[in-house]
Amino acid sequence: MYVAVKGGEEAIDNAHGLLAHERRGPVSVPDLSPDQIETQLALAVDRVMAEGSLYDPALAALAIKQSRGDLIEAIFLVRAFRTTLPRFGNGEPVDTGAMAIERRISATFKDLPGGQVLGPTFDYTHRLIDFMLAAGVAPPAPAEVETDFEATPRVTDLLDGQGLIEAELPDDTAEVGDLTRAPLDFPADRDLRLQALARGDEGFLLALGYSTQRGYGRTHPFVGEIRFGEVMAEFVPEELGFAVPLGPVSLTECQMVNQFHGSAELPPQFTRGYGLVFGQSERKAMAMSLVDRALRTREFGEDVTAPAQDEEFVLSHCDNVQATGFVEHLKLPHYVDFQAELGLVRKMRSEYAARQQELKEAAE
Amino acid sequence: MRQETNGAKPATDPEIAARQAVMATCTGATTAELDHALQGLGDIPPASDLRGTENGLVMLRGRMGGDGRAFNLGEATVTRAAVRLEDGRTGFAYQLGRDSAKARISAILDALWQGQERAAVERVLTPIRDRITGETAAKARRVAATRVNFFTMVRGED
Repeated sequence: MYVAVKGGEEAIDNAHGLLAHERRGPVSVPDLSPDQIETQLALAVDRVMAEGSLYDPALAALAIKQSRGDLIEAIFLVRAFRTTLPRFGNGEPVDTGAMAIERRISATFKDLPGGQVLGPTFDYTHRLIDFMLAAGVAPPAPAEVETDFEATPRVTDLLDGQGLIEAELPDDTAEVGDLTRAPLDFPADRDLRLQALARGDEGFLLALGYSTQRGYGRTHPFVGEIRFGEVMAEFVPEELGFAVPLGPVSLTECQMVNQFHGSAELPPQFTRGYGLVFGQSERKAMAMSLVDRALRTREFGEDVTAPAQDEEFVLSHCDNVQATGFVEHLKLPHYVDFQAELGLVRKMRSEYAARQQELKEAAE
Repeated sequence: MRQETNGAKPATDPEIAARQAVMATCTGATTAELDHALQGLGDIPPASDLRGTENGLVMLRGRMGGDGRAFNLGEATVTRAAVRLEDGRTGFAYQLGRDSAKARISAILDALWQGQERAAVERVLTPIRDRITGETAAKARRVAATRVNFFTMVRGED
């Protein structure tokens, strides 16, 4: 229970003034521009867009500046911003098969159409602090090689053609659930689960994905493919009746190939876990695909034995804005509740003391 | 590695496909570039708002496994503009981001493109197309340099 407390207005105003002062820091250091954040802290921007569930790099960069680099606070700001805008409608599902590839790797096939393309990756770096960055040394120009356009089909399409992996069926008659419009109900279908995971906290999903690898709901995964690059977002406005190209969006996609499932009707085949995330976010896409597969227990008649397989547990706790709200609400004045508890513990202590006194007297 | 339309589904109607290509160029342009393109057209019929230029959202969707049922991935900010030229032609723009000036100029260019100014609009957009194509190609060359070329070590006694 909360109680109205007045009298803090001036302190609050001054606290926000102090926050603005601390955010700016010493004026001897140049002010940070949102452009610099957008282009040089691009992966932080990507995380804010993914978990803020709003694709807008410039807005995410500004939110990071406003939040002093507290990414969950920035995600909260972005989520609040989206509530101020009308929704024009739903875009056409993006075609990740037509992605302009900036990175594409497979752990299941060495040679595959389109090849293995490393792109801008931290992999194979030695994780040694680079003091040249502090010295402001410009990097050498990256290598270039001439290239022709080459189609890069999804690895799962290659397996799909042979029936070795479960097929996905593009049923566009089914309604697409939207958890921003209707409260999440359980059991939740895979469309809603994927939406929740796509905006879910990277750290939470990483830990859950890790737990499946350590035996808490094993799914025996292989990375069929990870790809990162741009796809064209498209929207069909009513007044035009054809798909309008909105602009390119950067996405990371992970296809996790998992161990077998078969039935009386179907021969054994690999099963799939899927991850799709705004921006360059391989860790998140991989974690998402591990958890997506773990959550498909009902479909495959598996037992729910581990947290990552429990959709109510996962979906109710993966949103870091919701989690922050409930954890941080404990900061609000609970003076009356606490007075009641204080009264209760005093009463219990006096009863205890009286009992001890009685026992002592009885012993004598 | 990338096509001009950046993976957008080409419409089967060549007229619509050409209009989509103009729209794609406008989304990739800067406001300054489009302003300059509009200036390059000289005298054009005045435009009025058919609907006020406005910022909003489009829910972007993915497909399960890349090719299955659709799901909601997350929203994107989108700015839309709709204009009517004095001669009655209408033009539209829907673009990622919150740049109202850019969307409105794009809608005017869309309207002009649908009439006698088509060739002129294509002409003033050419430098923007060239810039985008050049940047895309350079990026593709940088990415291509990171492609792994496996070679297999032959071992054994023969």
